[in-house]
This record gives sequence, C-alpha cells and structure tokens, in this order.
Amino acid sequence: MKHAYTWGAILAVVLASTTGDVLLSRGMKQVGDVSKLGRHKGILVVVGTTLRNPNFLLGVLAMALAFYSLLFALSWADVSLVGPASASLTFVANAIAAKLFLHERVDHRRWMAALLVAGGVVLLAA
Amino acid sequence: MTFRKYLVLAGIMVFAAVGDSLLSHGMRQIGSISLAEWRSAMFAIFNPSVALGILFLIAFFVTYTMALSWADLTYVLPATSLGYVLLAFLAKFFLHEQITTTRWLGILLISLGVGFVTQGPALTEHPKPSCLPETAETQVKS
Repeated sequence: MKHAYTWGAILAVVLASTTGDVLLSRGMKQVGDVSKLGRHKGILVVVGTTLRNPNFLLGVLAMALAFYSLLFALSWADVSLVGPASASLTFVANAIAAKLFLHERVDHRRWMAALLVAGGVVLLAA
Repeated sequence: MTFRKYLVLAGIMVFAAVGDSLLSHGMRQIGSISLAEWRSAMFAIFNPSVALGILFLIAFFVTYTMALSWADLTYVLPATSLGYVLLAFLAKFFLHEQITTTRWLGILLISLGVGFVTQGPALTEHPKPSCLPETAETQVKS
C-alpha cells in the first residue's frame, strides 16, 4: 500500500511539473523574446507582461503543486528513489507533452537527448 | 543562437546547481526537521546558506523563464541538464560526497544527451502567423 502511495506521489510530481513546464513555455512564447523586448520597451514592461500572462501564472501554480507532491513523496520514500524517478520520468513526459501541446518538432535527436539525460539522471542518483 | 543566449543557458545550470548545493549545505547545518514541527522550517531562511541558496534559485527561475521565451522546451531541458553534472562536482568538492563509477556513467550519458540536442535548432519555426515571437517583433517595430 505504501508502495502505491509512493508511485502515486511520483506520478503526481511528474504530471504537475510537466504541466508547469509546458504552461510556462507556452506563456513565454506568447510574451516573446524577452531580451529583444527588454531592449525596446524596457525591463519593467516585460516583467509586467510576463506576470499578467495567464499561462505563466498557471505554470507557476503547477510548479508549486509539483513541489508539494515531491514533499509528500519524500515523506513516504527515500530521496534516492523519488529524486531520480521523478526527474527522469519528467524529461520523457516533457518530450511527449511538448510534441502534443506545444507542437515542437521533437525529432530523433531530441528523443535521444531526452532518453540519454533521463538514463543519466537515474545513474547519477543511484 | 547568440553568445548571450548560451550565457543564459549557462546561467540556468550554474544558478540551479549552486542554489541546490547551498540549500543542502544549510539544511544539514540546521538538522532534520520532523513534519510535526514544520513551523520551524520557516526559520530555515535565516540560515545564511539557505538564504543565499534561495537567491540563486530565484536567479535560476528568471534565466529559465528568459530561455523559454526564445527556445523550445525540448531544447532548454536537455541543454541545461549539464547542471546535474555540475551539482555532482559541487557535492564532491564542497559537500564531500563520493562520485561512484555509476555516477560517472550517468555524467557521461547526460553529456552525450546535451551534445545531441545542442547540435539541432533551438526553436521550432511555425509557419502560422500565430507564432508569437514574430508577432512580438512586429509589434516592437510598429
């Protein structure tokens, strides 16, 4: 039963942090290239536009949820399982979500990168 | 990709790795906090290492947000994963943790992944006018 709770919490971390990354990425694409905008309109305008972007705000909310799910997962299981499991699954989930929802061109190069990094993270924390 | 943009990607790695190391260092000074006394976790921010760590993590979030404004998510995430490698080295030299053979293998895999993704384009070009970086540019010009 404890096992199911742990993996449930890990799944929640992966889902929430992927949602957060996708929303943040979508929001920032709507805001536009911040360094270019900053030069033309000033930093404060760019910060204001970003903070008023709904996708950005929802993304931050999702990231906060991911953080709390991580805390719960850590209270049920070791950091050496929860850390790498959630980090590496998030890399793969992000590649799928970016293709589906952000229509990014995830070619074989990017798939390989996501899988290699995901594998590397598991070994690093092993 | 300009030099400035690579600098922002480097910033993401350094800020995240140094921030995490500082948090880890500070929390070890404080000692373990049980869930029952979670209020005492609030006072953790008065520890200099934790406070500095939080500043670094804020800097991480700012640079991460900047990068996502001009690069794909599937580019930024693997490209900045060298931060995990940096974190391993910081843990070895400042927190005196061991780097085992398995960890070296992990470092190798991550580096290979970074090599793969950084050879490709940073941003997917969408033909539609709804592609926002371009509309943002035209707004600036008009």
